Parts: sequence; C-alpha cells; structure tokens
Amino acid sequence: MKEVTIVEAPQGHSGSGFFATSFDEAIGLARSYSLWPLPFATSCCGIEFMATMGAHYDISRFGSERPSFSPRQADLLMVMGTIAKKMAPVVKQVYLQMAEPRWVMAVGACASSGGIFDTYSVLQGIDRIIPVDVYVPGCPPRPEQIIDGLMQIQYLAQNEKLRRRNTDEYQELLASYNIQ
Amino acid sequence: MLSNQEVAEALLEKFGDQVFDFEEPYGLLTLSTTREEILPILEYLRDHKTYQVIFLTDLTGVQYPDNTGKEFMVVYHMHSFVHNFRIRIKVSISEADIHIPTATGLFACANWMERETYDFFGILFDGHPNLTRILNIEEMDYFPMRKEYPLEDATREDKIDALFGR
Repeated sequence: MKEVTIVEAPQGHSGSGFFATSFDEAIGLARSYSLWPLPFATSCCGIEFMATMGAHYDISRFGSERPSFSPRQADLLMVMGTIAKKMAPVVKQVYLQMAEPRWVMAVGACASSGGIFDTYSVLQGIDRIIPVDVYVPGCPPRPEQIIDGLMQIQYLAQNEKLRRRNTDEYQELLASYNIQ
Repeated sequence: MLSNQEVAEALLEKFGDQVFDFEEPYGLLTLSTTREEILPILEYLRDHKTYQVIFLTDLTGVQYPDNTGKEFMVVYHMHSFVHNFRIRIKVSISEADIHIPTATGLFACANWMERETYDFFGILFDGHPNLTRILNIEEMDYFPMRKEYPLEDATREDKIDALFGR
C-alpha cells in the first residue's frame, strides 16, 4: 500500500472529541484544495497547459479536477497566451462573469506583459484590464512553473481572510479597473 | 503564353498616355495609372476575350512619406489563370486628397482588401459599401502602418532577448 499524503489540519485547538478552528482557516483549506480553473488559452502557453493537464503532470492532483471551460463555478482564471487588444473585452467579460471569490493567474510572458509582441495590436499585460494575483514567468513556462503558480494561488486562497473581498481596499482595486 | 510586350502594347493602344512607367522587375509586368483610369483598366483586363485576367490577387497600399504630392500608392495585383499571367498596377495619390474609387463593383473580393488598406493606411475608397476597420479594434484612432511613428527606444531594458530565452 503506497503511502498517501494528507493535508495537514489548520491551526486550532483540539481536545478529546472536538477540534476548534476559525472559519477563515477551515474555508481557506476547503477553497484551496478545490480550485476550479478556467483556462483561457490563446496560444503556446495554452499548449503547455494541456501538457500540465495530462497524466504526467496531472494538475488534477490539486483538487482542480474539473478544468471549467465556463465561468460558472470557476474560481481561478488562468490567462495563457497573447491577448490582443481585440480579445481584451472578452477576457474582461469572462472575469466579470465569474463569481467571488476569484483569482487570476497570468501565465507566460505575453499574458503578463505583452511578451515579445511589443506592438500596437497586443495588450501589454492583462493587468491593464483585470487584477492579477500570480504571474508565471517563462516563454513558454514549463508545466512545473504552471503548477508552482497554482500552488501560489492555493497559498493565497488558504491565507485569505473571509472578509477580504468586502474591504474598502479591495473595492478600490476593482474600482480602479472600472469593475462594479 | 501571354507576353508582357503584347499586353503592354494593348493597354497603350487603349489608354494612351494614361498608362505610364512600365517596368518588368523579375518578369512581372508593372505599370502606373491615374485615379480616373484605374477602374476602366481593371475592367478592360477582366473582360478581355483572350487575356481573361479575372482574378484580383491582392490590393494594398504603400506609403512614401518623402514623395510630396504622391505620398500614398494603391497597388493592384491581377492574375490570369488561363495564361498563368500576372500584372501589377499602381496608382499614386496625395495625402491631402486621399481618395480612390472602390473596385468592389468589379471584384467582390476587393471589399475586404480595401477595408484592410483603409484600416492600416487610412486610404479612403469612395463608394465602398462598408468602409470600416477589419483587423484592428474599432476604437483605434490612428493608422498603424503609416510611417509617422518613432522607432522603438533601443536602450530599453524591460524586454531584452535574455528575458525570452533568445
């Protein structure tokens, strides 16, 4: 029987027959191990993500068993590839259709900064239209890097306060992108 | 097999001094004409009984910023499948009066070629049914292929080759 790794319990108080922890910890744990990514793949980074979805790298190990090709129930928008200015409204619309809490990962040089396409028709980084949580460098990044990015998102989800998305700071951030 | 000489002579006979600047780079018959004569020439070549130059391969623009009074050029490439014969026709226009009649009445495919030329060069095709941008975003308020933008700052460090593994 192969040893199975189990997630460690969050910080809390345990006694005989009970375990007490905060909502933040429990819900953060649940969220971080059931992230459903929405792959928004436009180019080569998307191919790299397909390799990450394959059996060898198996992104499903992280509880992201269902790559959601719809904003419905998706938590994590993964933008992979060049986003032309013509595509920008589409990315923004997909982001707006996702429900809170939502995280965004910019995979690869193009999604992060426009990459080598330093030209009039390409959006120089998706953080010009939507807030980004994690940037994955590389052109294209290897599957290990995409997995590392996903683990960074998990870390964020685990340590996020339940009320974070109600704070003025977060509302200001969204307002700066003309969202809501 | 159709010879360049034959077609050039026929065009000269029909249009006289309205066709000029005949060239033959790499064997491709090239000539220039005026805004007024371009449509009759296209129609003449298309409907010619023996030449049958029925295919408009490409239509695009060129800009020569230093060529005062002839800053822009519209180039028509045509092809005769029957003779495997190609011909190139150029029309120069000025930036102050950047108009040229549309070829959509003769070739349906000129529709989106002219939209593309307008999109990138700002050349206005009079009579075009839908002269709007085709490749760039509609909000764009400039014509990206015009030679009026500064070159990239060569000293910038934010996107050097090393960052892309090149």
